Amino acid sequence: MENQNTIVINGNRFNFTMGDTILDVARKNNIEIPSLCHLKGTMPTGNCWICAVEIAGQQDLVTSCNTKAADGMRVMTESARVVASRKHTIKKMLSMGNHNCAVRAPHEESWTQYQLKVHQEDNSPELCPAWGDCRLQDLAYYYQVSGSDYSNVQSLYPMEMANPFIIRDFSRCILCGRCVKACNEIQVNNAIEFGYDGDRKKIVAGDDKPLKNSDRVFCGECLQVCPVGALVPKDARFERQWETEKVRSTCSYCGVGCQIDFHVKDNRIVKITGAEDTAPNYGSLCVKGRFGFNFVHSEDRLTTPLIKENGKFREASWDEALGLTAKRLSEIKDQYGADSIGVLTSARVTNEDNYAAMKFTRAVLKTNNIDHCARL
Amino acid sequence: MTNTIGDVEEADVILVTGSNTTENHPVLSTFVKRAVKFKNAKMIVVDPRQIKLTKFAEQWLRPNLGTDVAWINGLMHVVIAENLHDKEFIEKRTTDFEKLKSMVEKFTPDFVEKITGIPARQLIDAARLYAKAKAGAILYCMGITQHTTGTDNVKSLANLAMLCGNLGIAGSGVNPLRGQNNVQGACDMGGLPNVYTGYQPVTDEAVRKKMEDAWDVTGLPDKVGLTVTKMVPMAHDGRVKAMYIIGENPLVSDPDLNHAEKSFSNLDFLVVQDIFMTETARLADVILPSACFAEKEGTFSNTERRVQRVRTAVEAPGSAWDDWKITCEIAKRMGYPMAYKNAREIFDEIAKVTPSYAGITYERIDREGLHWPCPSQNHPGTPILHTEQFTRGKGLFHAIDYIPPAEQVDDEYPLYLTTGRVLYHYHTGTMTRRTDGLNERAPESFVEISAQDAEKFGIENESMITVASRRGEIKVRAKVSDMVDSGTVFIPFHYAEAAANRLTNAELDPVSNIPEYKVCAIKLSSAA
Repeated sequence: MENQNTIVINGNRFNFTMGDTILDVARKNNIEIPSLCHLKGTMPTGNCWICAVEIAGQQDLVTSCNTKAADGMRVMTESARVVASRKHTIKKMLSMGNHNCAVRAPHEESWTQYQLKVHQEDNSPELCPAWGDCRLQDLAYYYQVSGSDYSNVQSLYPMEMANPFIIRDFSRCILCGRCVKACNEIQVNNAIEFGYDGDRKKIVAGDDKPLKNSDRVFCGECLQVCPVGALVPKDARFERQWETEKVRSTCSYCGVGCQIDFHVKDNRIVKITGAEDTAPNYGSLCVKGRFGFNFVHSEDRLTTPLIKENGKFREASWDEALGLTAKRLSEIKDQYGADSIGVLTSARVTNEDNYAAMKFTRAVLKTNNIDHCARL
Repeated sequence: MTNTIGDVEEADVILVTGSNTTENHPVLSTFVKRAVKFKNAKMIVVDPRQIKLTKFAEQWLRPNLGTDVAWINGLMHVVIAENLHDKEFIEKRTTDFEKLKSMVEKFTPDFVEKITGIPARQLIDAARLYAKAKAGAILYCMGITQHTTGTDNVKSLANLAMLCGNLGIAGSGVNPLRGQNNVQGACDMGGLPNVYTGYQPVTDEAVRKKMEDAWDVTGLPDKVGLTVTKMVPMAHDGRVKAMYIIGENPLVSDPDLNHAEKSFSNLDFLVVQDIFMTETARLADVILPSACFAEKEGTFSNTERRVQRVRTAVEAPGSAWDDWKITCEIAKRMGYPMAYKNAREIFDEIAKVTPSYAGITYERIDREGLHWPCPSQNHPGTPILHTEQFTRGKGLFHAIDYIPPAEQVDDEYPLYLTTGRVLYHYHTGTMTRRTDGLNERAPESFVEISAQDAEKFGIENESMITVASRRGEIKVRAKVSDMVDSGTVFIPFHYAEAAANRLTNAELDPVSNIPEYKVCAIKLSSAA
């Protein structure tokens, strides 16, 4: 095993492949190093510093997401210096904006008073939309960093609610850049970037122009990767993750067959996200797949069989409607022959539905007059 | 697709034609864009519209509408003339190369330029680029198929791929992008007039015998049935008397709608099974309400032949049923019991009678789908087709001559119309037009027109204009745009109230019976 590259993490020795980062090696071996700005499939930048680790013999900490593992390297992922650095990083992030989620109860205020204050600051009776589904909140809790010192930090930029799908709350943005990476390196829509300098730094979408003139296509990849409450879906702003059930399925628009997760609450779909762990889309969706599901719960859905009488539809029972259909199809088949009947099955329904229609056409009607809209 | 979606990122050269990928297959387009931006792939876009992908392309060739065979033959002419073809592949894996060679001889770059409008220089550069690729992928969509020469166009692309040995390896292939979630599955399931599941021909006696045994019936019909594009005119003539339409809205999606409307009205009996009161459902005698995709169990097969699960998230509204259950209940009342407990039982029967699905089970595709052909339960599925040989053995070169589109412009109808979709809507809009945000982004139909034509015909941007063809007319808003070249306009077909298909030509491809949606002649005037 002379040529084997090995690295020691927290006292344990691991093999690695040349080119792997320290974070890659740790993840492969189930060692937790927290990351935040790092986004799978994109170039790691070490921008947020949360994944910092200590390397024996090196004075400065390094970011593990973009530091390559080297033979003989000895890494500490939770040393005192590392923990101090992470606490500092988290504190800095909390200080940047309105992160009043009480990750740690403030010392001298009662919980009720605290909540009332938060409501006032947020101008909303609801806690931060990301509450309970926030990477920063998780990290602050884990490292026991309080945000109470930074309550009510005003953002330079007002909340943007002008577009139909996504709310942008700059007061909760930590400038991690995951949305920038998602837009430029995953979707390659090149519509999101860092803009302005210093204290005015912000995430700019569509050249910071009004929505109508921008290049944005609302695929929502940015929404999917936002680790905090800076980007939230407009229609599901205060839907709490723990109150919804996830159901894995396949998108029903184009033929790509993106894997989706329905988020369901009380028999209603509240949002759709891309399934990140599987082909073909690895989390990506388009505007239709992510936001175009309102039709499911539309008032216009057909809910009962209808029979036309004297030019008007009336409601009917299943038995009556099916009986009439069977009777008329049988009559026409007997009178004009099987080939006087045509069936259009559908590129929209399942394989099982199509198979049933195909079998019915051939085995029951006894015609091959079956087609669907592949040509249209 | 012969290859997979992920495979696109393995290509050195990607030829995209007749596909507005960023709008119609947005997620697939991310693979294309990443290949170009991060993996040094070079892209050739051949499209009459200046679609977004042209910004990522090494080369954008802009052909006149309906001239695809000409430019593809032109590319092959250059490849052969410059000795860039893959002789080993041609020798080992194909036949009839000589026939192809003599056909493309006359398609010199200059000759092709006269037909297609593509400058000779660009054609030569594109041919060199594609032919020299280690792995070259072709992606195409309805811009290739929806022509009276659609079959010729597809065969020509296959010719080009074989000529350069761009089949059977990662990052290569001839890849149609299927436009509807389960159009692949509907075809796989034998929702076609000539085949049972897995493309087993109805004219093959052994196949019919197998299905008769499996279904416990006799006398399965042995004659190829009618395509939708034949059923409609035959309904018009009174030869088709009844139709059972499941989840389709031909009264927006069919060509020459005025004619189609008369045809459907002429039926003795029409039953429509759908989730909404569509334009087609309004004409029905009986409407049967069905469950939508979020309310049912089952599978879809995507454009890369991957069979994937669909799962129930919510209950169907009112008394809507699964489509298969409705069909089975009609069958029962016609004296043939089709009794299934659930979708899984149907899938198991599909696997039993379909060799290419034989190895697929719900358990195997629980977390990730499998690509057919998957002939046995220990088979891993087939991401890339034709790695060793073609379905028929050796790949056959087809010598194909250029035939112009069925309808030409003239003094009365001086402009060409081509149709398609926009990002924010889907097909006839019954689903997407019920989401406010999507409507906000794309509220109404429009006609894209070049600045030159707008000036020539006195059309003001954003004004309402009348667009008329020999078959009908619609009123739409003018959108002066550099997406289209002068001489051509574009209208999306989603909008029933200004249905582009009132204008389109129902002339069919003689083999596939696909209508020529992508070319017809029209005229413009200011709306009164």
